[in-house]
Amino acid sequence: MSSNSLPPQALDDLLVLDLTHYISGPYCTKLLADHGARVIKIERPDGGDPCRRLGPFPDDVPHPEKSGLFLHLNTNKESVTLNLKLLRGRQLFMRLVAKADVVVENFHPRVMTALGLDYPCLRPVNTRLLMTSISNFGQTGPYRDWHAQDLTLYGMGGEMYTSGAAGREPLKQAHNLTLYQGGAVAATAIMVGLRGVRRHGVGQYIDVSLFETQAGSIDRRMTSLVAYQYTGDNPGTGDALPVGILPSGIFRCQDGHVDIRCTMRWWPRLVAMMEMLELNDDPRFSTEEARLNPVNRAPFLQIFHAWLQRHTRQEIVRKAQKVRLPGTAVNTPAQVLDDPHFVERGAFVSVAHPLAGTWKLPGAPARPSVTPWQIRRPAPLLGQDTERVLHELLCLSDTELHELRQVGVIA
Amino acid sequence: MFPLPLEGIRVTDFTNVYAGPYATMILADFGAEVIRVESLHYFPSATRGYAPRPSPELMATGSRVVVAYADRTPGARPWNRHAMFNCHARNKLSMTVDVRRPEGKEVVRRLVQCSDVVVDNFSAEVMDRMGLSYAVLRSWKSDIIVMTMPAFGLSGPYKTTQAFGIGVEGLCGFTAVRGYADDVERLQVPSVVHMDTASGPGAAFVLLTALHYRDRTGEGQFIEFAQSENMLPHLGEFFLDAQMNQRDACPMGNHHPRMAPHNVYPCAGKGTWVTIAVADDTEWQRLCEALGQPDWAMHERFLTIAGRLQHQDELDQALANWTLQLTPTEVAHHLQAHGVASGPVLSAAAAYTDPHLQARGFFTRVMHPDAGTHDYPGVLWHMSHTPASIRRPACCLGEHNAYVYGELLGYSPTEIAQLKRGRHIGDTYAEAQPE
Repeated sequence: MSSNSLPPQALDDLLVLDLTHYISGPYCTKLLADHGARVIKIERPDGGDPCRRLGPFPDDVPHPEKSGLFLHLNTNKESVTLNLKLLRGRQLFMRLVAKADVVVENFHPRVMTALGLDYPCLRPVNTRLLMTSISNFGQTGPYRDWHAQDLTLYGMGGEMYTSGAAGREPLKQAHNLTLYQGGAVAATAIMVGLRGVRRHGVGQYIDVSLFETQAGSIDRRMTSLVAYQYTGDNPGTGDALPVGILPSGIFRCQDGHVDIRCTMRWWPRLVAMMEMLELNDDPRFSTEEARLNPVNRAPFLQIFHAWLQRHTRQEIVRKAQKVRLPGTAVNTPAQVLDDPHFVERGAFVSVAHPLAGTWKLPGAPARPSVTPWQIRRPAPLLGQDTERVLHELLCLSDTELHELRQVGVIA
Repeated sequence: MFPLPLEGIRVTDFTNVYAGPYATMILADFGAEVIRVESLHYFPSATRGYAPRPSPELMATGSRVVVAYADRTPGARPWNRHAMFNCHARNKLSMTVDVRRPEGKEVVRRLVQCSDVVVDNFSAEVMDRMGLSYAVLRSWKSDIIVMTMPAFGLSGPYKTTQAFGIGVEGLCGFTAVRGYADDVERLQVPSVVHMDTASGPGAAFVLLTALHYRDRTGEGQFIEFAQSENMLPHLGEFFLDAQMNQRDACPMGNHHPRMAPHNVYPCAGKGTWVTIAVADDTEWQRLCEALGQPDWAMHERFLTIAGRLQHQDELDQALANWTLQLTPTEVAHHLQAHGVASGPVLSAAAAYTDPHLQARGFFTRVMHPDAGTHDYPGVLWHMSHTPASIRRPACCLGEHNAYVYGELLGYSPTEIAQLKRGRHIGDTYAEAQPE
């Protein structure tokens, strides 16, 4: 199929030089690449992006071209090896910068300065360049050089302190969510910056701190922060106090778990779902005042639990949705892949990779009608595009490329 | 000094609760004119509080988010004083109109005609039923960019499924992989969610790509932003592991499949905690040095990651014995000085006094006409030439009616008076009028 028959993509006029590695940076550049940007992933010749060595691997057998995480995060990108520790490597990089719209990196702060490749060095070469740095704590501040994993960032920045059961330690979410979140914010920042370039003709430098993207996250960090300012409330773990008898949470049922959220206004829907109209005549539940009285909670939940145990996940969800009460099943990741809704939606797409084989990757995060999300190519093999890109963009000859390989500038 | 990058973009904003407003907040922060379209006749759930005038019974529940009004007091206009709204509504404008009536629809038509973007996060097809489908909006302005943010998309078995973010997350696999390892009944799964947080930049990003394309070609488009599908990539490795190894992830508390130690540890002082995450064997050596190389840590079973994973509970206990003697800040600073990833688990109060957030200027003092003066969390990133900030406090209901109707949409004073009498224009919910 020729590229002319594919729909246009919103960002197919952009050239991005991608120095990122691991998760947050590559997710940022994946978002750009999946919407059409030409993303040239610059990897170190010896081994490339460390993410290649992170699993999962097929049958748990490590292989640098078969990392499931790498396959997912690096769709649509070209891979060029370049040794930035060598002067010649940095010179080639600078020549690429002259042609690029965006440079993205997520090294520890000071690495780019140490390489002589920070924004003050790049700007003279290309005044329209947008350079974005993603780091744990930002490029300035007392914690700038601190080490961090996803757990560290969520604990310091996110709403971890109140997340968990009363009297128990706070609880993290699925690992790596803070890194994906930071990548998404960075991609948004780049699009904001690019409009500034379009309007004023001048680039700038963007500093994304994963700590701050967590401190500024919603639902409910920002709400908690402002609630503290407004009321002085500074709670620890233990969910928000239940509102009277209304059930809100995960509940076991006959064949698994469901999630039911019933607010005060939806009591009639709850009664209708359970098909137990007699509850409206029970003085413990019949008035709003009674329903807001915590004393009646345990008796009601006893009735509710018994009802749940008599029904399967799918039955409960069907009944809840029929009366428009928020009730959903709890799926494991494997169940998500087979869920008829996501199957019908094409929410996962099969992507063939020359060495790793064919795997289902999460598909379009959004569906623009004119410029759809597309997978045009799988994640790249290490350095697969080095010669082609350097020849195309910098007019390097075969002889020059051979020489560069000899001295270790490229692999 | 340059104007903000998104200046000149106008957004007609129908969003409510968190996901949509978080996306439009990002746009407003960086210069877009975001105009919330609100109605005096419709109090959206969980947006400007949970009720227009919360009853004493509701306030008495003490339920944390529910009662978070300035000074814990609803006041004369509670809808302008709630933390859950005021945290994201800064830099935005508010106008009121009743879209269900013909003259109200005409107001929206004029607004759309001078807008670049229309965005909503209602359930699927609510906008269509309001007479504001993409086809209609496009007939008013041919290059309009329209984005809708249904939880499950505009097709499929779950299209009309009712759910909050936490329910959607559960269907997407996020709930199954989270929880205390010993909580098999799933009774203690926290309700803090990722979906709204992910939807904000996810939606803002794709909107900006559409604006980019329109600037190149003159063509607008319709964007279906299924919030569930925006989140699925964030569990990427879980879906790959399920396929590659038939391994279905289950809750593991604060542990990590590839790192140990990796947990939250109790500190001196009730309800204080610190995280420690050691990624590899050399970082483990650095942790041992930081601890003064105690005998228990030097045992060879902890030398490799395999050993540390296997004996993790013992490792956690030993580390907790150490952290219990220190404050979270003491632990974090000491370990960081030795190159080990550690940080305090910050309460809301502690975040405000965190030295790094202070030094980075993350919090801004803002005077709000109805809620008073407080420090608010700021913008999400730093830009060298167009720094953004909180320029306006969270918009009060209908605060910008005069600007929108009078200046922007060109209504005459007579027409405005009529629309006031017709209860389109105002600043108080109809159901909250004093008797």
